[in-house]
Amino acid sequence: MIAQHLPILQIILPLMAAPVCMVIRHPHVVWIWATLIALLCLPISIALLMQVMVEGVIIYELGGWAAPWGIEYRIDKLNAFVLVIVTAIGAVVMPYAKRTVDTEIPVSRVYLFYTMLLLCEAGLLGISVTGDAFNLFVFLEVSSLSSYVLISFGKDRRALTAAYRYLIMGTIGATFYIIGVGLMYNATGSLNIYDLSRLIPELAGSRTIQAAMAFLTVGLGLKLALFPMHMWLPNAYTYAPSAVTVFLAATATKVAVYALIRVTYTIFGTVDILEIVPIRDMFMVMAVIAMFVGSLVAIYQLNIKRMLAYSSVAQIGYIVLGLSFDTVTGMAAGIIHLFNHAVMKGGLFMALGAVAYRVGGVQLGQMTGLGRKMPWTMASFVAGGLSLIGVPLTVGFVSKWYLIQAALEKGWWMIAILIVSSSLLAVIYVWRVVEVIYFRPIGAVAQEVNEAPLSMLIPMWVLIGASIYFGIDATTTLDVAIAAARALVGGGG
Amino acid sequence: MSPETAIIAAVAVPLIGAVLIFLNGRTANVREAVTVITAIVTFCIVTTLFDDVASGARPSVTVLEMLPGLGITFTIEPLGMLFAGVASGLWIVTSIYAVGYMRGHHEINQTRFYTCFAIAISSAIGIAFAGNMLTLFVFYEILTLSTFPLVTHSGTDEAKRAGRVYLGILIGTSIGLQLVAVIWTWKVAGTLDFRDGGILPGSISAGLTAVLIGLYVYGIGKAALMPFHRWLPAAMVAPTPVSALLHAVAVVKAGVFSVLKVTIYIFGFDVLTRTNASEWLAFIAAATILLASLVAMTKDNLKARLAYSTVSQLSYIVLGAMLASGIGAVGGAMHIAMHAFGKITLFFCAGAIMVASHKTEISQMKGLGRKMPITFACFLIGALSIIGLPPLGGVWSKWYLSLGAAETGQLVFIAIFMISSLLNIAYLLPIVINGFFFAPPEEAHDDHHLDYHSHVDHGPGDATGPNQWRVRGFEEAPLMCVGALTFTAAGCIVLFISANPLYEFLLPIAGGGTP
Repeated sequence: MIAQHLPILQIILPLMAAPVCMVIRHPHVVWIWATLIALLCLPISIALLMQVMVEGVIIYELGGWAAPWGIEYRIDKLNAFVLVIVTAIGAVVMPYAKRTVDTEIPVSRVYLFYTMLLLCEAGLLGISVTGDAFNLFVFLEVSSLSSYVLISFGKDRRALTAAYRYLIMGTIGATFYIIGVGLMYNATGSLNIYDLSRLIPELAGSRTIQAAMAFLTVGLGLKLALFPMHMWLPNAYTYAPSAVTVFLAATATKVAVYALIRVTYTIFGTVDILEIVPIRDMFMVMAVIAMFVGSLVAIYQLNIKRMLAYSSVAQIGYIVLGLSFDTVTGMAAGIIHLFNHAVMKGGLFMALGAVAYRVGGVQLGQMTGLGRKMPWTMASFVAGGLSLIGVPLTVGFVSKWYLIQAALEKGWWMIAILIVSSSLLAVIYVWRVVEVIYFRPIGAVAQEVNEAPLSMLIPMWVLIGASIYFGIDATTTLDVAIAAARALVGGGG
Repeated sequence: MSPETAIIAAVAVPLIGAVLIFLNGRTANVREAVTVITAIVTFCIVTTLFDDVASGARPSVTVLEMLPGLGITFTIEPLGMLFAGVASGLWIVTSIYAVGYMRGHHEINQTRFYTCFAIAISSAIGIAFAGNMLTLFVFYEILTLSTFPLVTHSGTDEAKRAGRVYLGILIGTSIGLQLVAVIWTWKVAGTLDFRDGGILPGSISAGLTAVLIGLYVYGIGKAALMPFHRWLPAAMVAPTPVSALLHAVAVVKAGVFSVLKVTIYIFGFDVLTRTNASEWLAFIAAATILLASLVAMTKDNLKARLAYSTVSQLSYIVLGAMLASGIGAVGGAMHIAMHAFGKITLFFCAGAIMVASHKTEISQMKGLGRKMPITFACFLIGALSIIGLPPLGGVWSKWYLSLGAAETGQLVFIAIFMISSLLNIAYLLPIVINGFFFAPPEEAHDDHHLDYHSHVDHGPGDATGPNQWRVRGFEEAPLMCVGALTFTAAGCIVLFISANPLYEFLLPIAGGGTP
């Protein structure tokens, strides 16, 4: 009975739990409540993924109204995988958040923080689970609005301008998206994604549909911070509270990428519209530029959170590059990197959160000699950094392997060379920090510092451990990613 | 113990040792005892595999599947057996030497040193036993990363700069070139297993083969083929035991071993002979042999001179592989062992001199042989083995390498080997001559000695540990250092006598046993 309603439970749980936080209000109890909910969401998504892998697509009709009139939730391998990413990150971020929230957010507003975090998770899960283009917009707004609030919680006053900038850019993105949906509805009369994928091919030649695709792509490009639409991201990540940065960096952009895959591969996947508008080539160009610009700018950052934010721009480039190949290997590389980047970047931002918690800042100069004072935190930073570089036995290696393989399969030498050269840029920005951490004498600030508390170390090492475990034995994640890629590139849903 | 268990144990024991060393960091004696015992156990495990391999068995074990269809697999063949044996055997000697050196030199962070050392050996054995290119690549990268803290051991600005060069070149080439080559091979061959006769399909064109082998040979930066050799002299800021075992044996030999392995088991001699794809690399290796020897002559710092000598000697092996003849490859493989014993002796001597007299520059060593006769005598033996004179092991590898060159009709390479031997004489023997035949300089102690290490300053009556072993007016290094270097020098002589079994053992890699 419950098993059959898992798709809706996945969203209802955090969505309904969020207002309850407003009622509880007590900071500590709210935290327990939010953590409990986040932990409950994880088994649901895992159960869904296992069910999808065995039985195939799950269709859940909301209120019993059949699609395309009613809203349907449609879970295939791809979005089940994304659900697991989001809920897994949620489940480790909540326990981690306690300490950072206590220092970074006024007690009177703590309950609001957890409300927003749960709402954000609900929104992201909703985007992933829904099979309705308009419903997707609704959840996009739920997650976006809550993330603007979350970013503005940052202690630094610049968090306000960062949130405001993200608000403007995000709203433009969402508006573009809804314009696109409107145009498609105008032409086809349907909002159901699966239905659209059947109706669109006949209308592929029409200007309306082409314009719709342009709006959808740019709108989602803004949300996922694809170069050159990434301008909101560095500030938002830098000034947001530590736990928020971890959560958003690991999930928000990933879900936006998922939405982009849905639009370009499910809705427009069966159409030769992609030949009419060379959208994949555009993706490839932007992705390659993102890889280099993101990495190069990262090298010059003194604020390490900001450095990782630019690194995220580059990593999103890798994901989009994988998608742009339009082959099973390329798509699998993109999908696997959704997961891989989530765990490594989540772990890295958690390490920085621990530094901020102990030292009070994450400027490069404040981290001198920290390797001796916070050995476990810094070791996790190094492990995450190696993963960013793509060293074997880390998840980064697996992603890079598939990405290069996809490029070689297509015979695109230059792209393969560009991929490895940009990962060598990662060596520079990671090692710059490693040298400061281990080779400089312990700085004045770090003199009194102790290792981060266990409540931060454990979630951090869960993610870093995952980034090593799934780098050594990548068969589990790759099976899912390859199956999902095959379903997408094979055509249709 | 079944061969399969032994393979896993050989890789795992040093790792377990690393953990134990780390846990016993506070008690120096226990920590160092653990190091030596781990080394002995590892060597014993490796030797149990010897008979199986010699009788033609190729034990293989897959540990786990990393990517679909691609796993971490270990398979042993003679070449890997030789490399694992050399690395693990010399680890015992080096650990004993290191105890004397590190204490005598008052080094800091010794626990980190021994821990990383054990991890490095584990990955060297992992490379030796790798059954496919993915496994080799994985352990290759671990070896780079685990030796980084050893290179930057002293933590000085110079060490940091050297560390950058080290990591930059080794990671840069391995990710930038080798990884691409590996994935490309996977794409065209559909497998990465090392198989006799190679795995590349016949359809691949000559031009592409030449590019691919170039990607491999340059991607294996540890082979130090010019122009990617700069990391090796840079790595000399490390404590001498590291230079001795890792940068004369484990790390650099891992590089040339990988080159041999790729040539024999990925490409196969047939493909290379047919396409002539490796010829251009043979000439680059020949150029490296000569240029590095010439650079070595200009270096006054003993370790720097030895480093360039290593660069030159490594290219012997690369050249042996690039000749694409069975006998050349056997010669190259033998040179792994011969050069290992010779060069480790020289580095041990350099370290002993540094510990006992704090001298690092060759020009300061005039007359030092009279104070340290054992060290300088062993230096002479090591030097003669490197040069390739009987009755020392080095002569055999040069013999077979030259035969390989003759077999392929490339007489120019024989000339290269001869010139290089002369150059070796020119840069190695003056050190010994300086030591024995010149009077010591007037001033007893050089105040501004350019010591590579930031050790605690010490007077003659230092209480923390004697850094000299004074017997009958001689001022030798600590007994553990002298014992180790005498042992490896003796090894050079033993290798001369027992070269034939080694040759017989390695013959299967030549393929078909035609030579």
